[in-house]
Amino acid sequence: MGRLDGKVAVITGAASGIGRATAVRFAGEGAAVVIADLNAEGGEAAMREARENGGRAVFQKTNVERGEDIKAAVDRAVKEFGRLDIIFNNAGLGGAVGPIEETTFENWDRTMAILLRAVFAGIKFSVPEMRKVGGGSIISTASVAGLRGGAGPHAYSAAKAAVINLTRSVAIELGKDRIRVNCICPGGIVTPLIYSRLPGGEPVAQQFFSQIQPIPRAGRPDDIAAMALFLASDDSEWVTGTAMVVDGGLTAGSPLSRERMQGRVMPTGGFAGPSFEKQ
Amino acid sequence: MGRLDGKVAIITGGASGMGRATSILFAGEGAAVVVADLNKDGGEATVRDCKENGGRAVFQKTDVSMEAEIKAMVARAIKEFGRLDVTYNNAGIGGAVGPLENISVEDWDKSQAVLLKSVFLGIKHSVPEMRKVGGGSIVSTASIAGIRGFAGLHAYCAAKAGVVNLTRSASLEFAKDKIRINCICPGGINTPILHRNQPGGREAVEEFLKNSQPLPRAGHPEDIAAMALFLASDDSMFVTGQAMIVDGGMTVGASFGRGGGDGGATGIALPPAGFVGPSFEK
Repeated sequence: MGRLDGKVAVITGAASGIGRATAVRFAGEGAAVVIADLNAEGGEAAMREARENGGRAVFQKTNVERGEDIKAAVDRAVKEFGRLDIIFNNAGLGGAVGPIEETTFENWDRTMAILLRAVFAGIKFSVPEMRKVGGGSIISTASVAGLRGGAGPHAYSAAKAAVINLTRSVAIELGKDRIRVNCICPGGIVTPLIYSRLPGGEPVAQQFFSQIQPIPRAGRPDDIAAMALFLASDDSEWVTGTAMVVDGGLTAGSPLSRERMQGRVMPTGGFAGPSFEKQ
Repeated sequence: MGRLDGKVAIITGGASGMGRATSILFAGEGAAVVVADLNKDGGEATVRDCKENGGRAVFQKTDVSMEAEIKAMVARAIKEFGRLDVTYNNAGIGGAVGPLENISVEDWDKSQAVLLKSVFLGIKHSVPEMRKVGGGSIVSTASIAGIRGFAGLHAYCAAKAGVVNLTRSASLEFAKDKIRINCICPGGINTPILHRNQPGGREAVEEFLKNSQPLPRAGHPEDIAAMALFLASDDSMFVTGQAMIVDGGMTVGASFGRGGGDGGATGIALPPAGFVGPSFEK
């Protein structure tokens, strides 16, 4: 018995990385999946992998910059599988990078269109279909860069913070329809978004990401897929408006807490007493 | 195949409410469970239900504010089941309630002992056993009262905020041992803590909680058990230092942001739809 038996899901950005891992996991748990992506080759490979994992899946070429493409992905779910229970607004990119003064309006707007407007559109077009079946689960990929400064480029950070608070405001509106709205804040996950343009590629990203958070390994797309599964399933029936952080503990501490304080300004054990006492 | 096959879990406050629901769910997912509680009758009933749900379980009488009893509880898991993978520090009370000026130091200290010291002790004594098996998952019940203020619940609010931030600091220390530390912030869950002393009992609380958050039903112990299962299982292998909110959306809005189809109190100040332009426009 799968944890998503009978459910139908749309997953954007499902040709690679987090989206692909989630599509395969959802299919294995009994969901029928629409794999929505710009990348036809990767999307079709993800579709085959999802089917091999025991589920139904179709590929729908989707540019999330275009509202009509997102609408078409939702329509495809209904046409192929008869309903929509879950949408995972996951497609992303790094977007505008570099110093704020050198960021162009064009790059800023395009980043916002893909990272933020696409989430709005995914919610907007899913809601009517979810109402028809008495509820649903909307999940979006935000980021730890939406919670802190300095964990991503400026436009990316702004867009991801907006995804988190859009999640909250929409959760209030859709609670009465039993449509749950949540997002996930991944930390350092090794995906093509990170390593496709990195000199040294995936191994370099693995090595780097294995050292940046308390849990001493890089994050994997499967780590996020597992959280997406929880949020998609009925296990999270009473969870809405949350930003679920999956980051190996990256944001649990302050920058000061990483071993730098211990033994320097604080003793390594015992009890730090009133300051007027002699050690 | 269960999601906790082969794992051994301790659950404090396992005689009732969330601890009981979690014990039964964990047992059904293949875990062996030590049901730890002060309440012997309730604890033994949970053990029977765990066994009926297909798992192994034992009852261990435990006062979570006493270090010797927490040690004994951990020792029981090892003696009965040979290892420890999951500790769920869940036992709780309402504690000192009412106006702050009226709270006695004794009631304050007792609240902190049961709600916060118990979590420290649960972590402290679980960690050595989890290291032996190469890792583990420690889950604690915090509360949305640990991330927001609630009038008349001063001791509870302070203790639960302590649990949230102890979770974070401990997670930093034990990540290298593959011991994950997380907590859950339940919202309005209909448990004996809430309905035991309530005129009208469980039904009255159910009705009251139904409209207390965006999702239009009361929270149930099973909602928290499902999150505890996620955090106990290997599905959350990369999750540590987190306070997971399960509150039907209660803490999502500002205090004026509840209700209204437009998503908040904007219903009064703003038109129901459209676009609000510059204020100098007619």
